[in-house]
Amino acid sequence: MVADAAAQPKPRWWELDDDDGEDLDFLLPPKQVIGPDQNGIKKVIEYKFNEEGNKVKITTTTKVRKLANARLSKRAVERRSWSKFGDAVHEDVGARLTMVSTEEILLERPRAPGSKQEESNAPGDLLPKGGAVLMVCRTCGKKGDHWTSRCPYKDLANPSDVFVDKPPTEAQPQAPGGGKSSYVPPGMRAGAAERGGTDMGRRRHEENSVRVTNLSEDTREPDLLELFRPFGPVSRTYVAIDQKTGYSRGFGFVNFVSREDAERAISKLNGYGYDNLILRVEWAAPRAN
Amino acid sequence: MRPILMKGHERPLTFLKYNRDGDLLFSCAKDHNPTVWFADNGERLGTYRGHNGAVWCCDVSRDSSLLITGSADQSAKLWSVQTGSPLFTFNFESPTRSVDFSVGDKLAVITTDPFMGSSSAIHVKRIAQDPNDQDAESVLVLKGPQGRINRAVWGPLNRTIISAGEDSVIRIWDSETGKLLKESEKEIGHKKAITSLAKSIDGSHFLTGSLDKSAKLWDTRTLTLLKTYATERPVNAVTMSPLLDHVVLGGGQDASSVTTTDHRAGKFEAKFYDKILQEEIGGVKGHFGPINALAFNPDGRSFASGGEDGYVRLHHMDADYFNIKL
Repeated sequence: MVADAAAQPKPRWWELDDDDGEDLDFLLPPKQVIGPDQNGIKKVIEYKFNEEGNKVKITTTTKVRKLANARLSKRAVERRSWSKFGDAVHEDVGARLTMVSTEEILLERPRAPGSKQEESNAPGDLLPKGGAVLMVCRTCGKKGDHWTSRCPYKDLANPSDVFVDKPPTEAQPQAPGGGKSSYVPPGMRAGAAERGGTDMGRRRHEENSVRVTNLSEDTREPDLLELFRPFGPVSRTYVAIDQKTGYSRGFGFVNFVSREDAERAISKLNGYGYDNLILRVEWAAPRAN
Repeated sequence: MRPILMKGHERPLTFLKYNRDGDLLFSCAKDHNPTVWFADNGERLGTYRGHNGAVWCCDVSRDSSLLITGSADQSAKLWSVQTGSPLFTFNFESPTRSVDFSVGDKLAVITTDPFMGSSSAIHVKRIAQDPNDQDAESVLVLKGPQGRINRAVWGPLNRTIISAGEDSVIRIWDSETGKLLKESEKEIGHKKAITSLAKSIDGSHFLTGSLDKSAKLWDTRTLTLLKTYATERPVNAVTMSPLLDHVVLGGGQDASSVTTTDHRAGKFEAKFYDKILQEEIGGVKGHFGPINALAFNPDGRSFASGGEDGYVRLHHMDADYFNIKL
């Protein structure tokens, strides 16, 4: 005994505590749970050693109340005690199949009655609500609903509103039905004037002409029209195309019917990011001459 | 509210159904195991194992003892709700799409898809009191509609069967003779496939949701169009509140195009509309994909939605929901 005690280092306080607890707990009577009885009273009897080493009996009495009781039918209460089956039998607590959302979800009220208006955009209503939205149909002006090529109103679109200036002979896939049916002599056609030379073309730069520079190569007249139309009626759009390569030369003109609209367009769209380039929009220079 | 998320399915949800007492929620998904949950806390009670394909639809008897499921494995099965054991299997030549118990649970209507040359059909089966006496004989087989019949339910007093499906026509059939009684008119009806149909709690009217981005409310007896609810996305699932005059529409863009667009454009909320004024009340967000299934608890205080994302979300409505004003 003596040798033993000498060989073993003096037990540390935490070890001692632990060992003690283990040893003594073993002697205690097991925990008892009584109830809940018909009144919902549940008793838990536990035994413990207090600090002096005396055995203490702790009785916890709780009342178990079922909140849902009033709502559930008798059968539903019965079903509560059904044993699990199928895959649910082997379910351990860690499976976490059922979780409560950490996010508070609210019934989100619709923002404004205006959303309804947008939906009722008739095919004839050609004015988009302004700003550049990713998906805008160029035929009917509807936003976020479909692309131009899939426009269901393709054939219903009001043709007179689209490119009055464009010669009917020129292929214009973006604006089907864009050509007017009445005959226009070749010399009177806009395309003819452009082809005819710059001096003839210059004649067309009338009042309220706005020059747009730093356009991306992909920009075409319909895109310009779509971009500028929210500011007011546009009488003409033109994008300079390189005759040889067929690419845009990066600038174009837009003629507004009213000067105020043009002014507004300049103030809004100058410096506007369009197709990853920053637009420069100003009064067309030759206007003064 | 904080919804309860139930992730028991590995594949997109297809259908949700509460039992009559509203304490159990049955969920069907494209994985093969329909599952039953406690509707108050979302605890899983069990799964019904035995199907070998996507499960499209289910219904539970009024006393919550019998479950019927329709699956793409060309069968419909009867189950014991309590033990999860299969009691009987109806075999068909094609996938079953929709199942519905009649009032009184003596009959069931089962629809089958067009498949391998056979056309779609509506079968009426007699459900025996004792599952041992169950036979596979069809009491009545209705044919005629083109394409899938996505939903067929019993009309008032089991006298009629209401069917709707891919041909976008709602039909009312005589459940005795099999005669076609009424058809929805082309002009007022849906323009695209009808995906879902939900009866009101008293059965007097029903709601259909369609891929034409609208849901329509119909009178059950006369098949007159009562209301139209327009949304901006295809409607996959509809349900009606039994308590308030609210209808709930769930949907979203096609699952195949989800990855190509911004998640905000998907519009995966469950949208609440006023049943009478047809105005939008609000939306409940949460799913990461289109909503495929919706069900309102019969007490009207909670609803569940099942999505393409495989989650069932159980929403216990906040107190302020019950006095919402437009």
